[in-house]
Amino acid sequence: MSELAWIDAAMTAARPQAVGALLRYFRDLDLAEEAFQDACLRALRSWPQKGPPRDPAAWLIMVGRNAAIDQVRRRRRQEALPEEDQISDLDDVEAPLAERLDGADYRDDVLRLLFICCHPDLPATQQIALALRIVSGLSVKQIARAFLVGEAAMEQRITRAKAKVAGAGVPFEAPGPVERAERLSAVAAMIYLVFNEGYSAGAAEQDDRSALPIEAMRLARLLLRLFPAEPEIMGLLALMLLQQSRAAARFDADGDIVLLEDQNRAHWDRRMIVEGLALIDKAIRHRRRGPYQIQAAIAALHARALRPEDTDWAQIDALYAALEQLEPSPVVTLNRAVAVSKVKGPEAALAMVEPLANRLGGYFYFFGLKGALLAQLGRTAEARAAYDQAISLATTPAQAAHIRQHLDRLAADARS
Amino acid sequence: MLYAFLCYNNEDAVFSWSQEEDDAVMARLAKAHEPLEKAGRFGPSVRLMPTTAATTLRKDSDPPLVIDGPYAETKEQLLGFYVIDCADLEDALSVAREFAKANPGGAYEVRPLRLFAPGTLKAENLAEPATAK
Repeated sequence: MSELAWIDAAMTAARPQAVGALLRYFRDLDLAEEAFQDACLRALRSWPQKGPPRDPAAWLIMVGRNAAIDQVRRRRRQEALPEEDQISDLDDVEAPLAERLDGADYRDDVLRLLFICCHPDLPATQQIALALRIVSGLSVKQIARAFLVGEAAMEQRITRAKAKVAGAGVPFEAPGPVERAERLSAVAAMIYLVFNEGYSAGAAEQDDRSALPIEAMRLARLLLRLFPAEPEIMGLLALMLLQQSRAAARFDADGDIVLLEDQNRAHWDRRMIVEGLALIDKAIRHRRRGPYQIQAAIAALHARALRPEDTDWAQIDALYAALEQLEPSPVVTLNRAVAVSKVKGPEAALAMVEPLANRLGGYFYFFGLKGALLAQLGRTAEARAAYDQAISLATTPAQAAHIRQHLDRLAADARS
Repeated sequence: MLYAFLCYNNEDAVFSWSQEEDDAVMARLAKAHEPLEKAGRFGPSVRLMPTTAATTLRKDSDPPLVIDGPYAETKEQLLGFYVIDCADLEDALSVAREFAKANPGGAYEVRPLRLFAPGTLKAENLAEPATAK
């Protein structure tokens, strides 16, 4: 790795902690980001000559803080500035850095930085964009590409999201246990959004979006290091690792989706699988089940099956039942129906799926599964109608192409 | 004498490497290992999962306490180790210098072994084949 690449990796790794700490000092997101940028520029000049510091995050925080304080003082001479007490800790600039970076602060700094991206008024896409910009430090250009929009539009979107966050007031007081748990679960949901934004993209968009699942896993790992005893965070990271382990097998050469049971399992990433399984093992010890752990356990059953026919569908059915209890949702029931179709047959699964028609009438996968079940039961005309509806609801070309394959197969079966 | 090379690095940085960067480091390390392998001096080598996968059993309480995470919360974490046969400390340090060129950042702690038992583990019996190189 070149020196520049090493410095870049060190700055990326230090970013959440450094921007989080600077935000605590200055209580202003823009100022914190500017201070971090400033520190990075200085690092690029200083580190190649003097060698990397032992603790890059501490270095960047200290240098960024001093630079920003200089700036605030310079500006103060020109205009009325925020009251002194709005800039916390101004008087202890010289305090030993080691003390300032104690674990508790660091934890809440990073959590706060992630949490402000989860503002409930922000739509999911803005939460993701904000997190990628502020926490991960991706450029506006990179984020725009991931969302398939122009750079100017994304810039505007992020600026608007930031204004909303600033207007809402950032919670600076150290959170109590209940509040901390609430923040954690909001942040976990946001991280999973980041993951899915990349994971659910089609093959054609994979180049632009492949960074998102990686980034989401990095954030989850960071969160887990800060909160090492949280089984749901273990579950979240395990779930993402197990899903991402299939990345290389999910699309064929034409960019079409390859279903789980048709994937070449030799292309699954064993490294990610064993790490995911290790995390589930750890999480289960806590005996506090949650939706991420259950979903991870389901993914683990697929990962453990060397051939599709080895899949423990009865256990998957039981896990979906537990998930239904914990978080009732028609989508969960729909997923459970897949397991039920394997254990009890298509008829039982169809009986489970049909009552969902009202709530999932606009959902691609509902009609996809309904079509497949009807086809298995030999109700060809009804199957075709369901597949047609699925195509009309497809959101990516890959989805539509996949259903067309099924329709072709139906037609071929009818001819033979 | 046998030496352990304990590999410490900032795991946030190491796990921020892209797959290509990771592969490049591993390829350079493989080259640095080669002469030692050929000379029959290269013992077991291990690359650890991130500390988030670690669990610690503290023996200083009764019954022992099980804690999530690594034993030590440090800026740089133990991410792997080697066992290598070296003539003396100077030799060991020159090996560490070669490795450092291939894999910058962090530190190698070079520590002589007091006991080495190769154990009875056979790779072909592993339930989950080790995937690290």
